[in-house]
Amino acid sequence: MTASVELAGKGGVKRFLAEQMRNIAPVFTLIALIVFFATQSPVFFSVANGLNILANASITGIIAVGLTFVILTAEIDLSVAAIANAIGITMAFMTAQPDYVNIATIPLPGFIAIILTLLAAFGLGSITAFGVTRIGIPSFIMTLAMMQIANGISALLVRGQIAYIFPDFITTIGAGNFYGLRWSIIVCIGFFIVAHLVLTYTRFGRYVYMVGGNREAAEYSGVNVRLIIASVMVISAVCSGIAGMMGVAYFGSAQQNGFDDFLLTAIAAVVVGGTSLFGGRGGIGNTIIGLLVLGVLNNGLDLINIDSFLKILIRGLILLIALVINVYAQKLKESTG
Amino acid sequence: MAPPAQDEKVPLLEMKQVTKKFGGIAALRDVDFSITTGEIHGLVGENGAGKSTLMKIIAGVYAGFEGEMLVQGRPVHFRSAADALAAGIGMVHQELSTVPDLTVAENVFLGTQPVRAGVVNWRRMNAQAKAQIASLGLDIDPATRMGALPVGLQQLIELSRVLFSGARIIILDEPTSALSPPEVERLFTVLRRLRAEGRSIVFISHFLDDVLAISDRVTVFRNGAKVITEQTANLTKDSVISHMIGRGSVDMHMGESAELTGDDTRPVVMSVESVGDGRALRDVSLTLRQGEITGVYGFMGCGQIELSRALFGKIRLKTGRMLLEGRPVRFGSTAAARAAGIAYVPESRRMMLFRTEPVYKNISIAILDRIGRIFLKPKAERAISTTHAKDLQIRPPTTDIVLGNLSGGNQQKVALAKWLTHLPRVLILSEPTRGMDVGAKEDVIRIVKSLRDRGVAILVLSTEPETILTLADRVTVMRKGTVAKEFARGHIEKADLLSQA
Repeated sequence: MTASVELAGKGGVKRFLAEQMRNIAPVFTLIALIVFFATQSPVFFSVANGLNILANASITGIIAVGLTFVILTAEIDLSVAAIANAIGITMAFMTAQPDYVNIATIPLPGFIAIILTLLAAFGLGSITAFGVTRIGIPSFIMTLAMMQIANGISALLVRGQIAYIFPDFITTIGAGNFYGLRWSIIVCIGFFIVAHLVLTYTRFGRYVYMVGGNREAAEYSGVNVRLIIASVMVISAVCSGIAGMMGVAYFGSAQQNGFDDFLLTAIAAVVVGGTSLFGGRGGIGNTIIGLLVLGVLNNGLDLINIDSFLKILIRGLILLIALVINVYAQKLKESTG
Repeated sequence: MAPPAQDEKVPLLEMKQVTKKFGGIAALRDVDFSITTGEIHGLVGENGAGKSTLMKIIAGVYAGFEGEMLVQGRPVHFRSAADALAAGIGMVHQELSTVPDLTVAENVFLGTQPVRAGVVNWRRMNAQAKAQIASLGLDIDPATRMGALPVGLQQLIELSRVLFSGARIIILDEPTSALSPPEVERLFTVLRRLRAEGRSIVFISHFLDDVLAISDRVTVFRNGAKVITEQTANLTKDSVISHMIGRGSVDMHMGESAELTGDDTRPVVMSVESVGDGRALRDVSLTLRQGEITGVYGFMGCGQIELSRALFGKIRLKTGRMLLEGRPVRFGSTAAARAAGIAYVPESRRMMLFRTEPVYKNISIAILDRIGRIFLKPKAERAISTTHAKDLQIRPPTTDIVLGNLSGGNQQKVALAKWLTHLPRVLILSEPTRGMDVGAKEDVIRIVKSLRDRGVAILVLSTEPETILTLADRVTVMRKGTVAKEFARGHIEKADLLSQA
């Protein structure tokens, strides 16, 4: 009793805001953007457009789920988009392509192609994990190298060509509909739910937050910090790989540079949503809001016919503002907490 | 040579009826305090008694407070530490703010390097730095890398930085906590010289012996209020302690000597044989027995930190071997050490605790795998945490509070609590009572002894002889990475430890 009174007394409004700013700011941004675009464009506020926004965000969403794990441990993964592309292309490489596509392929049954492709994603993630946790290369540099390696794999496998055919299952979940709803949205929501449950209700999830919150303290509490970091790097690569497989089906083609925009968008989604770049704070809820903010922004800017060159600049400015809030929220927390 | 009576001097700084509140709770209440020219003023009190709050007001860290602050009779109002420094008040914080990778000269002039046409004037900087350090009676090459110097010298160099910024009042927060006795003596020589120059020094410390040895006057704080300001000549350690804790009789001999009861017939739980890490730890053998507390005493840098890290799998051994219950073990990670039944509380709470997380998560982190393999079990987690919080009398008694809101002593209890659900085979405690107030210290001592009585083999490592003498059943003294002396049974005095280290 007395303790809660004391807490309220000490806490006050300032502490509550400091604590919650990283969660509140993105939600208000989202609401403000929706209200703004709804008043500016007659078609923005409709079910069809809403589903359009969600569909566009769904592939990025799956990548962002993996990145959320990584950023929560205060690491970074710059290879997500490159891995997505390399994995999408690898899958196409194992699928028979029509004659006019001039790519050497190893046609396999769709089911086996999918399994092997997933293993490839797991393998790339394991290499990153090994470099970061065993050799001790900072994740920023290690994943930069992995980005280049994955781009190299993509280049070697497609050789400037474009592949169009993918296993049926992938074509369905990447580009198909389920009673009018894109399968990709459903799959993405599935990823959100599972990732949220893992982060919130499992021991592994708790370790992810604790490692991000204070790595040294986690280690001195007997947590296997290297195993946790290795795991999140692998999770990120596998999420990226699945997003890549669905992505190429969603686009209808696999080619070099197919996922060029996705790295920035995925990182932006996690950070704009309020997950701390310093680790330990945030989560899937934040990432969902971040994805929606970016999705609404992109879609809305298209609808109000803004100069497409200006659009790029606006996205950069929004990301900058989000970074400022992210870092400021951390400082506010440290000074009051 | 006794200094002239303090009362005849003009108060250089005067605080009148100072009250400071944090969110409605008073950290300081109606405090009067004064510093005269050329005095060393000791400041003591348990953690949270208000001494740091008062000093932070004086040093300009806290701008808002009720009451008056006068410097040489004139009211002042500092808005920042820079304001205070401009008025001649500087503070040396407990945590060193020196940059280990820069040279001594660069550290002395950090941010104020003499420049000529925008380029650092190295010759002038080195010459001035050397003169500055020499005036403290130190002979150090200013081009030496800071990190290569012992902590005690680094501290003096940081002190010189404050001094030469023109400070007339220098506040030292726990300046001796990391120093060996010879280093303390050197610091005292410097402080006496500064006093002779007419500077005033506020000396905050938990080490009452040090405070009584160097101060002209001592002010005691308790619960946000000043208890007494008295000439040091009229005080004893016993009287200071009773002012601090506000109760009558205290065993003032606690930690001055001990009767060791090491028993070689007790089963050996863990032993290390000639271990070394190729650096600070050279050749140490040690035996930890069931139901016994082994104390390891030594100065900073004697290798005891490395020893404790190696036992918990944090650093690798280059030489020697470890045996756990007779079998050779080698821990590849701290997780492996924990799984083998080793528990560790490092010397710094920052290394052990999650400041922005609630208390229960801090307690449960080391036992989550015992509660549930895959899924968390929030009810069990809370129940276990609450039980420990109650057993260890953690204040406030709620485990939902964010850890950073707890006092230092209570944080230390949380650090212990995380290892208590499943009794470890071996408990390693590095500096278990450093920087803690008397009450919390007694609590921790009681907890550690009860764990010993329940059969845990305990290793306590400390640079404070009092800590070792209060806790240990047998003592090993370390010096420069090796074992200097072992005491198993019989009477030993503080002097025995100091002379061996």
